[in-house]
Amino acid sequence: MKRFARFWWDFIVGDDWRVAAGILLAFGLTALLATTSVPAWWVLPLAVAAVLWLSLSRVARAG
Amino acid sequence: MGITRGWRSTLIGAGVATLALAAIVAVLGPALTVIPIDVLRLVVGALLLVFGLQWLRKAILRASGWRAVRDEDAVFARERAEAVNAPHVERAGLDWYAFTISFKGVLLEGLEVAFIVLTFGSTQGSIPLAAVGAGAAVLLVLVAGIVVREPLSRVPENTLAFAVGVMLTTFGIFWGAEGAGVDWPGGDASLLGVLAFVLLISLGYVTALRRGKPAIV
Repeated sequence: MKRFARFWWDFIVGDDWRVAAGILLAFGLTALLATTSVPAWWVLPLAVAAVLWLSLSRVARAG
Repeated sequence: MGITRGWRSTLIGAGVATLALAAIVAVLGPALTVIPIDVLRLVVGALLLVFGLQWLRKAILRASGWRAVRDEDAVFARERAEAVNAPHVERAGLDWYAFTISFKGVLLEGLEVAFIVLTFGSTQGSIPLAAVGAGAAVLLVLVAGIVVREPLSRVPENTLAFAVGVMLTTFGIFWGAEGAGVDWPGGDASLLGVLAFVLLISLGYVTALRRGKPAIV
């Protein structure tokens, strides 16, 4: 059971859980904004750029 | 597996996995078409995005020198040695090692492809068209394999991973946002804008990371 859960965690979340968490937050913000009159299309592209850079720079900082 | 353990059990394993895949697709395909399109786009978009970012992250780290590029020759030699040295256990008249490895390989990789084909097809309203695309890709890989007749060492693996990461991330952003209720300015044409954006930031990150001291080249 533990190995099964581990497989799905690795398959979906991968090496850096912060990326998946950031994307989840961005989806929440997008859905929230989409219910208002404020355009929401820009949230996901910016969130992707940000979480990707944060994840990459963590690896670079760690050497 | 075929060249190290023999073809019979290997091909039977691959064949049984193909039948299992066909059964899964036959059940899953029609089920996907009854899910509301926005829910499907949200779930598919989110999954494509997390898969795409995993691919892209690794490809950027390899392209910028912060992670070693996979040595396919070494991987091939290691896996070949493992296959040769694995004990011979016979079950149901089959070399169980060859059967299970080829079964698992075909089923897991096939599931990933089936997931992509079914979700792309159902979100765009044409599973047959997506299946034709997948069939063409299989044919292309088959022809490339026959022409090259070498292990994967001659395939520019990281360039392919980079391209796949960019495409999955682009479609993930586009469909995920639509599923979350977004109306893209310019409609479907904005997909090209998202693609350009993802490609530019990815190449920019490779350049930026190369300026730092690479750990591995």
